[in-house]
Amino acid sequence: MAVKLLLENAHVEGIRYYEAYRRTGGYRSVEKALKMTPEAIVEEVKKSGLRGRGGAGFPAGMKWSFIAKPEGVPRHLVCNADESEPGTFKDRYLMEFLPHLLIEGLIVSSFALGSNATYIYIRGEYAWIPDILEHAIDEAKANGWLGKNILGTGFDCEIYVQRGAGAYICGEETALIESLEGKRGNPRIKPPFPAVKGVWDRPTVVNNVETLAAVVPIINMGGDEYAKIGVGRSTGTKLISACGNINKPGVYEIDMTISVEEFIYSDEYCGGIPNGKKLKACIPGGSSVPILPANLLLKTAKGETRYMNYESLSDGGFATGSMMGSGGFIVLDEDQCVVRNTLTLARFYRHESCGQCSPCREGTGWMEKILKNIEYGKGKMSDIDLLWDIQRKIEGNTICPLGDAAAWPVAAAIRHFRDEFEWHVLNPEESQRRNYGLAHYADAREIVAA
Amino acid sequence: MSVQFNEKQLTEFNRLVARYPEGKQKSALLPVLHLAQESFGGWLSAESMDYVAELLRIEPIEVYEVATFYSMYNLQPVGKYLFEVCQTGPCMLRGSDDIIAYIGEKLNIKPGQTTEDGMFTLKTVECLGACGYAPMMQLGKHYREHLTKEKVDAIIEECRNNAAVNN
Ligand SMILES: Cc1cc2nc3c(=O)[nH]c(=O)nc-3n(C[C@H](O)[C@H](O)[C@H](O)COP(=O)(O)O)c2cc1C
Ligand code: SF4
Ligand code: FES
Repeated sequence: MAVKLLLENAHVEGIRYYEAYRRTGGYRSVEKALKMTPEAIVEEVKKSGLRGRGGAGFPAGMKWSFIAKPEGVPRHLVCNADESEPGTFKDRYLMEFLPHLLIEGLIVSSFALGSNATYIYIRGEYAWIPDILEHAIDEAKANGWLGKNILGTGFDCEIYVQRGAGAYICGEETALIESLEGKRGNPRIKPPFPAVKGVWDRPTVVNNVETLAAVVPIINMGGDEYAKIGVGRSTGTKLISACGNINKPGVYEIDMTISVEEFIYSDEYCGGIPNGKKLKACIPGGSSVPILPANLLLKTAKGETRYMNYESLSDGGFATGSMMGSGGFIVLDEDQCVVRNTLTLARFYRHESCGQCSPCREGTGWMEKILKNIEYGKGKMSDIDLLWDIQRKIEGNTICPLGDAAAWPVAAAIRHFRDEFEWHVLNPEESQRRNYGLAHYADAREIVAA
Repeated sequence: MSVQFNEKQLTEFNRLVARYPEGKQKSALLPVLHLAQESFGGWLSAESMDYVAELLRIEPIEVYEVATFYSMYNLQPVGKYLFEVCQTGPCMLRGSDDIIAYIGEKLNIKPGQTTEDGMFTLKTVECLGACGYAPMMQLGKHYREHLTKEKVDAIIEECRNNAAVNN
């Protein structure tokens, strides 16, 4: 039976409200943590092995230990609820259905970091969720978990919800900080890192919603126990938002020991592919990570089973592997066109580039244009090499990782599905066909036949 | 429409500004622009932006540069009902292209256009974080998910009825 640490009580009636949440053991971690020292809490989080759930997978405890503590300067915790990576909708689920879990995690984390004013920066389109969060905050406050002198410890804490206004780039932590200051979301050059100079030039820690919610079970069970769940450096549980061509799209909590195959085909998770179609490809960690053809998705290049964890998903590097990323799991069935899918992603990154660096601003525009030509039957063979060249020139040459995020999907699509790009060029009148079958994909054919 | 918050809106404005440290009132700009857009007809005119600048005691250019950066601020008037349909990969895999085309046909407009009666605007947007419930669109504060042609018909009907009741 799968371990559930975050969504265990998601289906308890009324869990969105304080009474049910508290009755099922909510806010215990605050009682426990506020009797500890902030350093001891950071130590537990370190021991847990918790890695940032926003996409980069950076160890949370280590990040916390970097926060500067200059005398007399306030520090801030900022919760990154910008969630805009295509394929990702897990933070929304947590905030919508378990708002108190996030608030509880924020109180403990604020105490550990010494933040008396903590901000949740939520994407503007989630327009109905701030009301849910603010209601939970009011309830927590009315019950003494927030506000002044919490549990008589002398610790004061307020949590505020700030809405963004439509900009993927504001998920990048320094852009988020700019946006929180009421500016355009242009990422800052690092260093200085937010841990030293963040919002209003004060030391700031930015963490993802899921990361901060995971602090609750870590404090409740202890870091060592948490670290026993999962495998290797993929400790604890991970939320996966599954979408695309599957029978049961939705948000699932996994303990990172299950195989990709089980995740796709088991009824407990995605429930297989609709209409008896075959699996063609998958983007396993949000739109920025490399797409994999079915054969490399289910098994690594060495022929070993691939598992749903950080190490296994990236096994083989970019040549034959992908990444866990944000946990946005996008499945493509045999009818789907990789060129078209890549085009929508290229359009997305062009739209979302903040425009500060020329390789990203110009490169994303060109990639979209060329992909559009190929998809609409106006492409040339040399366009495929040109695309490859452009993505290579973006990667690593920009202020923030959005440039890389735009380059990788294009690179992987060409790497694994070059024959499909060529087919578009050779068959311009058919290039917009919807149902391809697996004819062009030797690799996919192999796995499906097996 | 006069560009001035009423008392209730001013209370909300003050609540928003109070969340930030002394002297950092500019931080409230994004939420205040949302409030202005909701209060002044669903879009931000130069007049509304100047008013926000004045309230926050910042330069008008600081407001313009932000308003033009974020996709949720409408810098042109929009229809009474704004259909923002997601067109990114995961939605495309579940048929968003067909839904966008269907809405366009039904309302006789292209993405980016408003119906002649000023009732509907169709806009294509990028991933809204509802990929598992695709195809989908944002309508006002909420999402409409698992869209089908029948659902689109019902939504258009619902908007027309609401408009009739409110007039
Ligand atoms: C273009 C871009 C978009 C990002 N979007 C998000 C996001 O929506 N949510 C998020 O938590 N992190 C996002 N990140 C990662 C953040 O910069 C940061 O690493 C993260 O919030 C740290 O939290 P974590 O360590 O808990 O994951 C994004 C990064 C980039 C480069
Ligand atoms: S890489 Fe792109 S999004 Fe990031 S700072 Fe440069 S232009 Fe802006
Ligand atoms: S792709 Fe449409 S909501 Fe994510």
